[in-house]
Amino acid sequence: MRLNSNGDMNRQAISNIFLSILLVLVPTALVAWDDQPSGEGNLIDTPEEINEYIKHHLQDSHDFTLFTDGETGTHYGFPLPVILWDDGLKIFSSSKFHHGETVAEVDGSYYKLYHSKIYKTNQAGDLEMDEVGHPHNPRPLDFSITKSVLGMLIAGLLLIWGFGSLAKSYKKGPLPSGFGRVLEPLVLYVRDDIAIPNIGEKKHRKFMGFLLTAFFYIWVLNLMGMTPLGFNVTGQIAVTVCLAAFTFFITQFSGNKHYWGHIFWMPGIPVPMKILLIPVEILGMFTKPFALLIRLFANMTAGHFVVMSLIALMITMKAQFGVVASTGIAFFLAFFISLIEILVAFLQAYIFTMLSALFIGMAVADHEEH
Amino acid sequence: MYNLIGAGLIVIGGGIGLGQIGGKAMEGISRQPEATGKIQTAMIIIAALLEGLAFGALILGK
Repeated sequence: MRLNSNGDMNRQAISNIFLSILLVLVPTALVAWDDQPSGEGNLIDTPEEINEYIKHHLQDSHDFTLFTDGETGTHYGFPLPVILWDDGLKIFSSSKFHHGETVAEVDGSYYKLYHSKIYKTNQAGDLEMDEVGHPHNPRPLDFSITKSVLGMLIAGLLLIWGFGSLAKSYKKGPLPSGFGRVLEPLVLYVRDDIAIPNIGEKKHRKFMGFLLTAFFYIWVLNLMGMTPLGFNVTGQIAVTVCLAAFTFFITQFSGNKHYWGHIFWMPGIPVPMKILLIPVEILGMFTKPFALLIRLFANMTAGHFVVMSLIALMITMKAQFGVVASTGIAFFLAFFISLIEILVAFLQAYIFTMLSALFIGMAVADHEEH
Repeated sequence: MYNLIGAGLIVIGGGIGLGQIGGKAMEGISRQPEATGKIQTAMIIIAALLEGLAFGALILGK
């Protein structure tokens, strides 16, 4: 009887997983949402075009394009909502931009998409460029649900769903059921191998919430970057800046008098050195989270860049090796680099959490009298 | 052109550093296999710090 109910529950969990995957995939199910075919039907052929394509992938975008049919120029995907604050809230669908080819008219104002940024223009959509090629037009405050924001929302929902069911299963008994059995050891891993050794047995509990959230959030987002949906959320510097800012503020606000004492009046060294060390220590307060944000951003950007460059090999080597061989080589290399990237996805989440715990631990550590 | 040379220099420096960290960690593990876990953790932290440094330089140089 017991076994039976367990089996039912497992089936339930599996069907839940499939349901959620379907929920994510069905809207993306290849909706050709561009009524008017845009490009002249160029296939990506030259290294410059490949470079452009990779750069475009690394950036955030206002629509969710899965792929573009090179021959007809039709984009497959779906538009995302654009939310602007420009003398009042303006909400419209990004399909109005037609991938930056047309000017969107909303309540008498005109907006144009240029290199994934929204500019306010006149009716013709003219952009005033300076010498370097940056537009001078005013930019409205952009709160859009972009591709990265969508990725973050999906990751957040996945975490709430996974850990909500894990928390609920503890009401029934000490053993988690279903997918919670995968999550429980990971939670314990973060606590026993990251939080306790760095922060200490007594004080770690207060910071577990942040450390667990950071760990799973970064990990899920990194793994989502490895799916063909093409999210590059942790490769957006804005995202990593915010994550590192959390670590920075938590460290500063939980710092005890020893921590501040070590910054402003380092004990145990002569007075001239104490004064010399103050700017160094203050600089150190900022370089620690700065290294965190640069590391995550650069790692994920570099990872995506390498994977896409290796995939692009099948185009650049087509002339020398023929279609089959170049595709084979590209697939082989991209496959193994992807395996490494899956490891890196975990490693970066681990290192971010680990170093956050280390910095927090340094701020809250009790010092015995010297 | 010059930033490519710089990138090469950064990679050389980072490579030497990683080699030192990895080599010493191996040595430590072979001397004291029971301390493998602790050595690995410390190794990853130091490697991560080095990586942050090298990546920072690469980004600034770009």
